[in-house]
Amino acid sequence: MNPVNYLYLAALLFTIGAVGVLIRKNAIVLFMCIELMLNACNLAFVAFSRMHGNLDGQIIAFFTMVVAAAEVVVGLAIIVSLFRTRHSASVDDASLMKL
Amino acid sequence: MENLIALLIAAPLLGAVVLLCGGRRLDRTGHWIGTLLAAVSFGIGVALFADMLGRSADDRTLTQNLYTWIPVEGFQADMAFQLDQLSMTFVLLISGVGTLIHVYSIGYMEHDERRRRFFGYLNLFVAAMLLLVLADNFLLLYFGWEGVGLASYLLIGFWQHKPSAATAAKKAFLVNRVGDMGLSIAIMLMFTTFGTFAFGPVFGAVGEASEGMLTAIGLMLLLAACGKSAQVPLQSWLGDAMEGPTPVSALIHAATMVTAGVYLIVRSGAVFNAAPDAQLVVVVVGAVTLLFGAIVGCAKDDIKKALAGSTMSQIGYMILAAGLGPIGYVFAIMHLVTHGFFKAGLFLGAGSVMHGMNDEVDMRKYGALRKYMPVTFVTFGLGYLAIIGFPGLSGFFSKDMIIEAAFAKGGTEGWILGGVTLLGAGITAFYMTRVMLLTFFGEKRWQPDAQGHEPHPHESPKSMTIPMVILAFGSVFAGAFFEIGERFLTWLEPVTGYEHGNPPVSAMTVTAATMVMLLAGVGIAWGMYGRRPVPVLAPRGSFLTRAARRDLYQDDFNHVVLVRGGEHLTRSLVYVDHSLVDGVVNGTAASVGGLSGRLRKLQNGYARSYAVSMFGGTAILIAATLLMRAV
Repeated sequence: MNPVNYLYLAALLFTIGAVGVLIRKNAIVLFMCIELMLNACNLAFVAFSRMHGNLDGQIIAFFTMVVAAAEVVVGLAIIVSLFRTRHSASVDDASLMKL
Repeated sequence: MENLIALLIAAPLLGAVVLLCGGRRLDRTGHWIGTLLAAVSFGIGVALFADMLGRSADDRTLTQNLYTWIPVEGFQADMAFQLDQLSMTFVLLISGVGTLIHVYSIGYMEHDERRRRFFGYLNLFVAAMLLLVLADNFLLLYFGWEGVGLASYLLIGFWQHKPSAATAAKKAFLVNRVGDMGLSIAIMLMFTTFGTFAFGPVFGAVGEASEGMLTAIGLMLLLAACGKSAQVPLQSWLGDAMEGPTPVSALIHAATMVTAGVYLIVRSGAVFNAAPDAQLVVVVVGAVTLLFGAIVGCAKDDIKKALAGSTMSQIGYMILAAGLGPIGYVFAIMHLVTHGFFKAGLFLGAGSVMHGMNDEVDMRKYGALRKYMPVTFVTFGLGYLAIIGFPGLSGFFSKDMIIEAAFAKGGTEGWILGGVTLLGAGITAFYMTRVMLLTFFGEKRWQPDAQGHEPHPHESPKSMTIPMVILAFGSVFAGAFFEIGERFLTWLEPVTGYEHGNPPVSAMTVTAATMVMLLAGVGIAWGMYGRRPVPVLAPRGSFLTRAARRDLYQDDFNHVVLVRGGEHLTRSLVYVDHSLVDGVVNGTAASVGGLSGRLRKLQNGYARSYAVSMFGGTAILIAATLLMRAV
């Protein structure tokens, strides 16, 4: 199969994730969308790696996974504590830091 | 011998340091230390004088270079002294009369708890004045000049608990600053023109400078002299300076301070000789001040202020003589020395009178004091005869010489100047006779003060009368001593130069005219104050009297022209500052503020709007990168 198709899929996934971040309010959904974008990137990296015939893209995909895992740990902790204090997971409610 | 020159200054300076830093443990001995060190300075002066007399006239200048004060490439100022006949004359006058005033102050300030400090300031005054006359360059002279200004400020305001004294000190200081500015500008001009400000090189190179530049330097030096010597237009501080203790007035008027201006002009004679326009201004200033001071002196009822007017007038004589050029320099200095004797004597006499009269200064409340204070009466009387120019006394010779020199100026100018000096002599006789009659003659007019204490006039202690007696001797004999064999002329001529003027009228005629003016002045004064009783409250008086009582409106003039003018200037500057400068600054701040207020709206706290801007920014960056690559 033509590896370019993987790139199309990656672009599609990324767009879905980006649109999700922009239009959804629920913090968990937002989080999932960010994960979706990250994994879209991973998919693109791996596809490029395959296309160019070297391992660079695959290594970067591992790095991205590590970063994503760390981000999930911190992000979920924030969401949980936010939910405990505000009883809501809506990101619009957490807009108190504005001037 | 030249190594002794620095000691002349060092002795009183040491006194000032010891007395001002020594603290209360010196309260009991401080006045003796101060007097002793002033006397040491006088002793060294006499030794140097004796040594100088032993050498020939061309070989009398001594110099001493202590160290290089400011060693900069192309700008060198030395801490160096020059003692020639002119400086010597001043040294003897300053330290001699200064020492007598120190002795007098021991008695006069006996009951003042800050007497030690007073003597410290007196020593500082003498040291600064000696530095001024001994400096061998203008920058060092300026140092002494400023020192004199500082010491006069401290002494005039010595009784600083009185607001009037504090104000008078401030006034003297500020008015003097105007003159000091003239001196500093003159030094700068000299440096740009000649590349140096040492006396020798500057006076030697006068021929190379343009007349315009010399006139500018001369006028700036004159401005400086006007400030220190209380000449019109910077005369207003002198009358108020009477707020200081009386010995200070004596010191300022006889030995230090006001003589500095005359010294400066005579010392810079080479510059003035080459700048006739500047000389003319000097003469005009002298003539105007001469009449100004004399008129003011006629109307004052405060004995010290009457004497202050007289000083202004006599210094006017000296400045006028100094402005005449080589025909007048010697006589300016001669009058300065004789004036030093009789004016110091007069002030000390006035102080003695005040001492016996519970510090009353209004002459209308004196009267008949000759019975109560015989020594003061006689010494003051001799000073009086000397200042009006009674034949044979010192003022007679020195003033006569100046009047002759004024006539010898030649042309219409000579007649005008001669007339002014003659008129001045007449007015001097009038106001001094008035002081004399009001104080020592007539009926007693003093009354009990508000607390019911009637003053008990008494003779002052020995420490006060002895200096007065010595000064009276000087007032009587100094003129004749100088004049016999033209001693003073021969002495000073190698430094200042001399050319004999030819007055259009004979010397005898001038003397006769002076005598007529003198008799007229004395006669009118006797008619007004001697023949009939003097009212205790001053009558309203004519317009001229009222104007003279207010110092011919000098303060009003200064207030209207300078104070108001300054206020208007600062107000307009404040307006410009508020509207223009602040406008620019505030405008910038306001526009930055407005812009940031708009930018703030972007920070709305909604995560998704930040996400949009992030996506937008990334998209723009990627688009730009692609675009750049395509190009």
